[in-house]
Amino acid sequence: MRDKQNPQLNRNGELTHLLSIEGLPREILTRILDTAAPFSEVSEREVKKVPLLRGKSVFNLFFENSTRTRTTFEIAAKRLSADVINLNINTSSANKGETLLDTADNLAAMQADMFIVRHASSGAPHLIAQHLGVAGHDHIHVINAGDGRHAHPTQGLLDMYTIRHYKKNFTQLSVAIVGDVLHSRVARSQIHALTTLGVPDLRVIAPKTLLPTGIERLGVKVFNDMREGLRGVDVVMMLRLQSERMQGALLPSTQEFFKSYGLTPDKLALAKPDAIVMHPGPMNRGVEIDSAVADGGQAVILPQVTFGIAVRMAVMAMLAGST
Amino acid sequence: MKIHIKNGRMIDPASKTDKPLDLFIAAGRIVGIGNAPANFEASSVLDASGCIVCPGLVDLAARLREPGFEYKATLESEMAAAAAGGVTRLACPPDTDPVLDEPGLVEMLSHRARLPEFAHVHPVGALTTQLEGQALTEMAELSEAGCVAFGQANRAIVDTQVLLRAMMYAATFGFPVWLQAQDPFLSRKGVAHDGEVAARLGLAGIPVAAETIAIATLLHLVRETGVRLHLRRISSAAGLEMIVAARAAGIDVSCEVTINHLHLTDRDIGFFNAHARLDPPLRSQSDRDALREGLASGAINALISDHTPVDDDAKQTPFEEAEAGATGLELLLPLTLKWALEMKLPLVTALARITSDPARILGVKAGSLALGVAADICIFDPAAEFLVSRENLKSQGKNTPFLGQHLPGRVRYTLIDGHLAFDGTLN
Repeated sequence: MRDKQNPQLNRNGELTHLLSIEGLPREILTRILDTAAPFSEVSEREVKKVPLLRGKSVFNLFFENSTRTRTTFEIAAKRLSADVINLNINTSSANKGETLLDTADNLAAMQADMFIVRHASSGAPHLIAQHLGVAGHDHIHVINAGDGRHAHPTQGLLDMYTIRHYKKNFTQLSVAIVGDVLHSRVARSQIHALTTLGVPDLRVIAPKTLLPTGIERLGVKVFNDMREGLRGVDVVMMLRLQSERMQGALLPSTQEFFKSYGLTPDKLALAKPDAIVMHPGPMNRGVEIDSAVADGGQAVILPQVTFGIAVRMAVMAMLAGST
Repeated sequence: MKIHIKNGRMIDPASKTDKPLDLFIAAGRIVGIGNAPANFEASSVLDASGCIVCPGLVDLAARLREPGFEYKATLESEMAAAAAGGVTRLACPPDTDPVLDEPGLVEMLSHRARLPEFAHVHPVGALTTQLEGQALTEMAELSEAGCVAFGQANRAIVDTQVLLRAMMYAATFGFPVWLQAQDPFLSRKGVAHDGEVAARLGLAGIPVAAETIAIATLLHLVRETGVRLHLRRISSAAGLEMIVAARAAGIDVSCEVTINHLHLTDRDIGFFNAHARLDPPLRSQSDRDALREGLASGAINALISDHTPVDDDAKQTPFEEAEAGATGLELLLPLTLKWALEMKLPLVTALARITSDPARILGVKAGSLALGVAADICIFDPAAEFLVSRENLKSQGKNTPFLGQHLPGRVRYTLIDGHLAFDGTLN
């Protein structure tokens, strides 16, 4: 049936869009992480720029607001010397009835080289990438900056970069992902990345209302009890809990959630003594994470942000280098 | 006009006939089977060599999109699709704009559809006004205007008190109700089967319980009211099991499945293929397999196209924003044949599900080839292939998950009341 081939790889198996981590071979993930390492150094120089994307136009197409993610992409593109154009589309043409694909066509006509797409609907970046191919704009690369509940691949990759930085060998790790897995595109990208990189013990910890049906089929062990799930892990990956989850009968209160699933020092003590704590930000202190943990010695939350720029530079450079 | 259909293999599921027989038609009716009546002089001879001659197909659900959605399809475009698909009789759901909840609208639609090359159209009237699930429609008046049954398209009646009374009122006059079983709360915002695929793609799921809970409610109310219930678009193995059990307990209930649910599963969503956005959602492989078996055994009474032409703009959106539905009139026969081939079913059994069996649910004398009946006939070449492409589809809706596939069977001629409504040899 149609649409079954992985739409982010070209005929030679090279990455031409980054839409999801699912289906990417381990070599590509490893190559992105390897490519990111030297870019980390660029960010530490006095002149934080390399000319790899000079003369290229990168469009930040944000159909859903996110200052933080947009900024990190903008910084990454600028450090590669690209021209960056930011469009917050929920405040412009989408309200005037222009379709998603009309918007893409218009920007393609402005000689864009790369679209960074954030959208509230799962699959929107796939749709744009597929459409660009059909419309003869296959030189434009699409990077998914978060689509609905589906994927946030650069977040998943920067998390892998962070883990590799602190823990080296993926094939010996126990990793726990904690919180609202149901609504989390970050969790899905993390799960695919960790299973692809060979993590043998991958756990998700959440109440049943925040777990998608069939999640265990993605290669994770499900824990409803956080203490049990954290026992002996090397990495704790916390997820953000949106406040609107109190509606729709998913959770009774943030207080009760914190009590059962908030990461506190005593719960963290059940993990390995050298376990690291990660969070994709922005954090809700006192909801999913205790300040003592967020600011404590095991948290690597700010390094995640720094590494994120290097990883996004690596993805853009690799896409621009593909044909 | 006297027509002689010669050299064909006649399959009539109603009489379980499957043998080489010529047919003779005069004044819109079948006047001879095997042998010509005395003094029959054909004004036209249709060569059915290599073809199967069967009753015109009866489709219990085809949206014609009129009135109100002419930008998606028109009566002209969809009737051409019906004829090209061998469909000579169809029921159309009431979810037009305005909704089919007033006799005048039903009369107008029936009147517009009364052309010799058009399939017979049986409107399904709205069970509640505006399909809002609050007030009853004038069912007796609507019935007089031509409605064969009453339903809600795919809108649920949330208030069970209203549902009970609507069923009681329909039962008063002996009108059948045709309802899709889907709990409105469990299906709210859902766009895919609640399972691994939805989990991977980050799509909101609709659990099987949305169907089984609604079936349980409807079956209980059938027991209360004695109304004649036809369950639309069954999607799950568990749902089918309940229907079979209810029949064993003496409840008279019929049901149907769509061509899409007979062949596809949630895996066919692939990478967000909006053509696979359907209502109810495509379910798991074990569900699909149970539906295929159920249709073969007759536990499911009819196969429907669930024809829903959708304009490109409403499909070229992210999956969850896409309008549900697929075009189907031209795929009903090929997908029946594909299922029969895969299940190794005799054609006389397979074709019953799209001819005599749905005709019985419609409550009309149709869907058979017998002396004296109206000459609604489909003549098709089972060995020829139909490539599903935008160009080949006559329907204005080009939306189907089967795009690009070669399917078995091509209609050569369609006759409606003895009138040649489609001639595939001209293409």
